[in-house]
Order: sequence, then structure tokens, then C-alpha cells
Amino acid sequence: MLYALLIYQAEEVTEAYGESEQAAVMTAHGQMQEKAKAKRQFVAATKLMPTSSATTLRGARDGIGVIDGPFAETKEHFGGFYLLDCANLDEAMDYARQLPHAVTGAIEIRPVAYNEVVTPDPETGIGVEQFETLP
Amino acid sequence: MDSVAAIVRSDSKRALATLIRILGDIELAEESLQEAVAQALEHWPRSGRPENPLAWLITTARNKAIDRQRRRVLERRYSESQQDLHEVPSAGAHAEEGMDEAVLGLHIQDDLLRLIFTCCHPALARPVQTALTLKTIAGLSVAEIASGFLVPVKTMEQRLIRAKRKIAEARIPYEVPRPADLPERLGAVLSVVYLIFNEGYASSGAGELIRVDLCKEAIRLARMLVRLFRGEPEVSGLLALLLLQHSRHRARTDADGQFVTLDQQDRGLWDSGMIAEGRSLVEKALHQKRPGPYQIQAAIAALHCAAQDPEKTDWPQIAELYAALEHRQPSPVVTLNRAAAVSKAQGPEAGLKLLATIEELPDMQRYHYFHSVLGALLAECGRASESIAAFEQALLLTRNPSERAYLQSKVTALLGQDKAG
Repeated sequence: MLYALLIYQAEEVTEAYGESEQAAVMTAHGQMQEKAKAKRQFVAATKLMPTSSATTLRGARDGIGVIDGPFAETKEHFGGFYLLDCANLDEAMDYARQLPHAVTGAIEIRPVAYNEVVTPDPETGIGVEQFETLP
Repeated sequence: MDSVAAIVRSDSKRALATLIRILGDIELAEESLQEAVAQALEHWPRSGRPENPLAWLITTARNKAIDRQRRRVLERRYSESQQDLHEVPSAGAHAEEGMDEAVLGLHIQDDLLRLIFTCCHPALARPVQTALTLKTIAGLSVAEIASGFLVPVKTMEQRLIRAKRKIAEARIPYEVPRPADLPERLGAVLSVVYLIFNEGYASSGAGELIRVDLCKEAIRLARMLVRLFRGEPEVSGLLALLLLQHSRHRARTDADGQFVTLDQQDRGLWDSGMIAEGRSLVEKALHQKRPGPYQIQAAIAALHCAAQDPEKTDWPQIAELYAALEHRQPSPVVTLNRAAAVSKAQGPEAGLKLLATIEELPDMQRYHYFHSVLGALLAECGRASESIAAFEQALLLTRNPSERAYLQSKVTALLGQDKAG
């Protein structure tokens, strides 16, 4: 069964990270991903840009309102997610515990009801990891 | 309850855990088991009890489930569980052999234990954990559980439905947790076993005041946990507490099934074997110098059991132990019990002073025992009319006939006193 690990974190905390802290977070993600890939449970990992880049559409009295900013002004924001193929909730919880955000923020685990993936196509660029080279 | 019905009832409780494992769905298991029980109640009195009633119930219920699902849904689950067999041989290997009569008996306990950990999974809220375990492990009705938690039946029904849905949708596993997770997961299980015992110790439903089967069930579960977690002092403390409380069960009701208070009980009816086992368990546990709420409560119960007659009860030490318990685990119910002990050690006024600190709480206002203790202390202080009001409030809050009879007799006595004085 597919589980989504939804990562919530206060942006000011991650922004204030020094180089070594940043490296430690990346190492933890790398190790978790390696384990999941080795066990053929890795499906997807997505990291979002900061909420300063967010645009929100929200139903308003006269149609659809456009808001410059995230869905809600909260302390912790949705920062990214994993899709993992796990046998049960305990396995999904084990993966979540390996991520530092379980300590510094919060990780919500949700079973996936529906998921469709486009096979990456190098010619059109659709579905290819386009941001691989970004810092 | 006649004997066939009693056998069917106790067997069906044992069958449920295994059915849940086989079918992988609590709702489906409950429904199909209900049908199998109905069939048993109809056929067994006529054609006799099958050689292995438990296996009969499980097989029949499983077949009912297959009918119910028109095989389609089930076949998908079976093919999934077949895949699981190759991946985790230890977890699901006996899914099919489980139907064999000889193998079956061996796995029943495992299945129960597995199911307890599922019901007490941290992904479920605590009230949900306890409710679910009382329903699926102890076989209580929704009404009984609702009464135990002081919530409306409808609320409890919804809570159970949501819980079963979450277990199915989020796939909370049917497994005993890994050693690393055990300490954390165990705490929830212990409190659930304790609640099951309490339901039997002071039954909230109509009928018997003490449901011995439920108490025995809780003791059985506690023994199972002691075997599994040998050396964990709180687990021993829990078993000790249950044994010491249950040792008095024959003295707690009279020939008419009426409630007998501790100081009125025939202490010769107390079970000395259970008391000895309970005391030795709690002494060994306390020796480890890792005290906890269950060990403290067991120590209190041991002091009660040690007194040859009520006058010899060590109330000052009991009051002190309740203070220690209150410090570790503050709750209005503990304060209520401490108030009762303090009133014995220092007089009813001291007890009333403690009761005043919790009387505003809605949970206490709804709790019949609070009003019952309040009534007794007020009566001791000679405040008859206030005492009558408290006992009458308690009467409004309990449906248990024996308890009602006890409260009624108090009111009658006080009214008589009033007229006499």
C-alpha cells in the first residue's frame, strides 16, 4: 500500500540552518532514500520551494480568489512529501522516524487512495527530475 | 444464561481474534461471527456440541464471511495474503492451517495478543484504544463500554466505527510490536487490561454486580503479559492488583446478590491463595525500586487484604499510598479514593475537605461513586438531609440493581433516623 509522508516544518528554522546542519538533514534524507530504494519501497520524493513562492486559489463570493501566499498563515508549512510502498502503518512510521523533521517539525502519514504516475520521458522532459542540478 | 449460551459466548470471544487475523477486517469478522453464533445457538442444543466448538465457530463464521462477500473481495485478500506468505513467513504462515483444529488452539493466544497490540496502537487515540479492546477482546457491548467511559452510546458507536475504519484504511498491522517499541506500546495495553477488569469488578450494566468472567479474562490477559514481559515491575504490579482485588469477589456480594461494603465483608470468604500470590508479586516488583501506579495500587490492595478485621486496617499508610499515587498520576478518581482513606485515618471532615477540591468537576458530578462517598461522609458528620440528597444523586447515575439497592437502603435508613430524631 502507498503511504504519503507529508513533511511540515517552520521555515524560519530551516532557513537558519548552518552548512553542517543542512548537510546533516540531507544525509538523513539520503540514507532513508537509499534504504527505501534498496527494499524497492521508494516511489517518489518531492521538495517544494519556500512558501514565499506560493500562490493560492480559494473560492470567494464572486468566483475564485487569488492569494499571493500559502494556503494558511501557520507557523509550520507543508514543505514536501515522500511516496513509499509499505506493508503497513508501522513500516511507514519507521521511515518517518528516520527523518529529522519528525523531531524538528511534524510528519503526517496518510494512506494514498489513488496515484497515477507518468513514466519519465527524456525527449519531452515530462516527469524527469528537472531540478537535480539546483543547489 | 443457560450452559449452551454460556459456552457459545465464551468460545465466540476467543474465536474473534483469530477470525480477524484470517479475514483481515474487524467489521467483517464481527458480523460473520454473529451469524455463526446464531446458528450455534439453534443447532447445538438439538444436535449436540461439536467436538471442537471453537474450530466450528471459526470455520462457520469464515464460510459466512465468504458468502457475505460473494467470494470476490475475499479472494482478493487471500491472494494478497498469499503474497505476504512469501515475504514474511513468520507473521502470516498459519493463516490457512489456522483452520486445523489442533493448530488452532495453539494460535488463539497469539492472535489475542496480536489483536490487543493492534487495538492499542499509538496511531489510535487512547479512548479509542480502550473502547476497541473492550469490544473485540473482552466482548463487551457498545452500551457497556459507553457507560464505562461516561459517554452516550451513539458517541461510542461512532468512535468504534471510526477506529475500525482507520485500522483498515491506514493498515495498522496485526502484529506484536518489535522489542524496541514494546515498552511504549505496553503502557497502553496495561491500562486497557486494567479497564477490562474494572468493568467486571463494578459492572455498569444491568444484572450481576461483579462479572467474574470479565475479571478472569483480565487476569488471564495480565498473566499472559507477565509471561511475555518477565521482570517488568509494572506488569507484575498490574497482575498483583487484579488478583488482590479479585480475591474478595465472593465476599463483595451477599446471597441475594447485594453489594457488601469492605468493612461488612466476611473475610473468611476472601481467596487466600490469590492474596498470597498477589502479595508476593507486588513485593517482588517493589524490590526492583521502579515503582509505578499499578504497584502502588497493588500495595494498597495488599494492605486491605492483610487486615484480619476492618479495625486492623492500616488506614494511615493507605492514605499515604494514595497521596503517592495522586502525585504520580493525578486524577479526580484517585483524589476521591484518597478522600475515603483520609476520612478513615483522620475523620470524615478531612475527607470532605478533599472531596470539595473535585466536586465542581463535571466528570465527578456524573460519577455515581463520588455521590455515594459524599453521602457516606456527610452521614458520618450527622448531616442527614445533605447525605440523602447525595445518595439520591448517586441513584440517578447508576443502573446496577445491587448498587441501587445499597444506595436505597442508605436513604431509607437516613429517612428513618430523621423521623426518629
